[in-house]
Amino acid sequence: MPIGPYQSPLALISDSETDHHHQALPETPAVAQAAAPAGLRLRGIDKRFGDNHVLKGIDLDVPVGQFVAIVGKSGCGKSTLLRLLVGLDEPTGGEISFYGEGGDTIEPNARIVFQEPRLLPWISVADNVAVGLGDGVSRQTGRQEAQRALAAVQLSEKAGDWPSKLSGGQRQRVALARALVSRPGLLALDEPLGALDALTRLGMQELVTDVWRELGFTAVLVTHDVGEAVHLADRVIVLDEGRISLDLEISQSRPRRHGDPVLAELEGKLLDTILGKA
Amino acid sequence: MTTIDTLTDNRQVSRKDAGRPRPLSDRSIDPPKDAAARGARTNSAPRTASKAGNGTAGRSAWLPYLLPVTLVALWQLGSSTGLISDRIMPAPLAVFAAFWERLLSGELATNVAVSGARALAGLLIGGSIGFLLGIANGVSKFFEQLTDTTLQMLRTIPHLAMIPLVILWFGIGEEAKLFLTSLGVLFPIYLNTYHGVRNVDRDLIEMGRIYGMSGWSLFRKVIFPGALPSIFVGLRYALGIMWLTLIVSESIAANSGIGYMANTAREFMMTDVVVLSLVIYAFLGKLADVIARALERRALAWNVAYQG
Ligand SMILES: Nc1ncnc2c1ncn2[C@@H]1O[C@H](COP(=O)(O)OP(=O)(O)O)[C@@H](O)[C@H]1O
Ligand SMILES: [Mg+2]
Repeated sequence: MPIGPYQSPLALISDSETDHHHQALPETPAVAQAAAPAGLRLRGIDKRFGDNHVLKGIDLDVPVGQFVAIVGKSGCGKSTLLRLLVGLDEPTGGEISFYGEGGDTIEPNARIVFQEPRLLPWISVADNVAVGLGDGVSRQTGRQEAQRALAAVQLSEKAGDWPSKLSGGQRQRVALARALVSRPGLLALDEPLGALDALTRLGMQELVTDVWRELGFTAVLVTHDVGEAVHLADRVIVLDEGRISLDLEISQSRPRRHGDPVLAELEGKLLDTILGKA
Repeated sequence: MTTIDTLTDNRQVSRKDAGRPRPLSDRSIDPPKDAAARGARTNSAPRTASKAGNGTAGRSAWLPYLLPVTLVALWQLGSSTGLISDRIMPAPLAVFAAFWERLLSGELATNVAVSGARALAGLLIGGSIGFLLGIANGVSKFFEQLTDTTLQMLRTIPHLAMIPLVILWFGIGEEAKLFLTSLGVLFPIYLNTYHGVRNVDRDLIEMGRIYGMSGWSLFRKVIFPGALPSIFVGLRYALGIMWLTLIVSESIAANSGIGYMANTAREFMMTDVVVLSLVIYAFLGKLADVIARALERRALAWNVAYQG
């Protein structure tokens, strides 16, 4: 079936939050070079909280630079898995390792973005972004890097504002800039667009795709929106009661159109699996 | 600071909204009224109304003063016509005359300075102890278990009830006043600092950890700023108690200060000076609160509840 010329969904939106001239991060990083994108290797990952057996032996390989989406019913362990990936928690069993492009084992520079932006309300937008660089960075370098990252999420003009002055979508973009400012090798996203309204969400989806393509990190996105997963990811994994019940390749080329029938077909298939109709 | 991690264990603590914290105290003194009033104003109509109509903007400038000015005028009228005996209540003009006389003689400045220094010293000592205990107990499970129960027991004793004991310990010198004032301000500052630290958004603390903060930097960048609104509530509350304690202890025994001025005046039946002392206390209390509020607005400019 022929697919019409790609049309950015952003072109339809006049909301100032979603202007569509993306300016990517400049190539020359002033601080830490971009961390090498990290591939993931999970072997028999188990996680229990007391009697609650949340993850039951997950085996998963994510190639370097891939965009993986994880979907599944609420409470199936998606967030738990993500927290293990970025080292916020330890598995009760199994092993997680990371490898670089050459297959060698590496320490990933892993970052996570949550549904809530978790900005510090008492410092400016730019200072919040600079938090992403850690403690050992001079104020001036911090400011410079923060400006670059803010430019990449099209929020340069908000650098000096308090976070409380921003809209929900803008705050989430600041959180994204904070995660990206240190050029992570692995970016975990836990329903990052879940709290945004539908139009803002479309704009953010394009933004996430753009920075991912530009920076080349490995991305793991947890979402409850199967359409979003299919639209953004190279591969969608369905998690069901702590096990992987489906692992689906999305080979459709980018940019992808909303309403693409091939994607709609895949979305239906995923929904059937999640709802147990397959 | 290994102990900050007790904070992350307590995920059941509800996340706070960005609004103002409520004061914590078991004392029977009114909480800072304007805190509530100002909070209400930010949420509701009068603010937009005064922006909308030009007439109301002008009115809001003088309307609050209408009642006090009228009352003072009536009071003066009553005194002048002999309706109010100046044995009971001196005329406002007489109070002003007493003020002027003591201002010129320098007596007023000396007494205000003495009382002010006492208040400040008490605030510094008691406030620092309360603040440090609040931080330590908020951040460390160990300190909390060690001291919180004791402090909660001690704070139920009205500190003014200790006056007889304090006089036995320290006599009637400066130490007694300093001790009482320090004790009075310690608890509200302790409680509100502790409460503020415990209620810092756990998600923000986790975020700080993700980005490599720990110990001092986590405290400086996340915990302290997060607790600051509550600390300010404690401070403003403590200021009220500070003046109250000082008034009481200065009228028990002192040979300088505003309380001393009032007491000697009472012996000579100089009601004008007694009333003048009251006015000065009121003025100092207001001044302290204005300063605290200015500091608060500066330090909390990021918080929408304090903007504008
Ligand atoms: N820190 C924790 N302590 C105890 N139980 C937890 C914790 N985190 C998650 N769980 C439990 O693990 C299960 C999966 O949660 P989660 O990974 O958040 O699900 P979701 O797929 O909705 O993100 C839930 O039953 C939840 O109650
Ligand atoms: Mg979740």
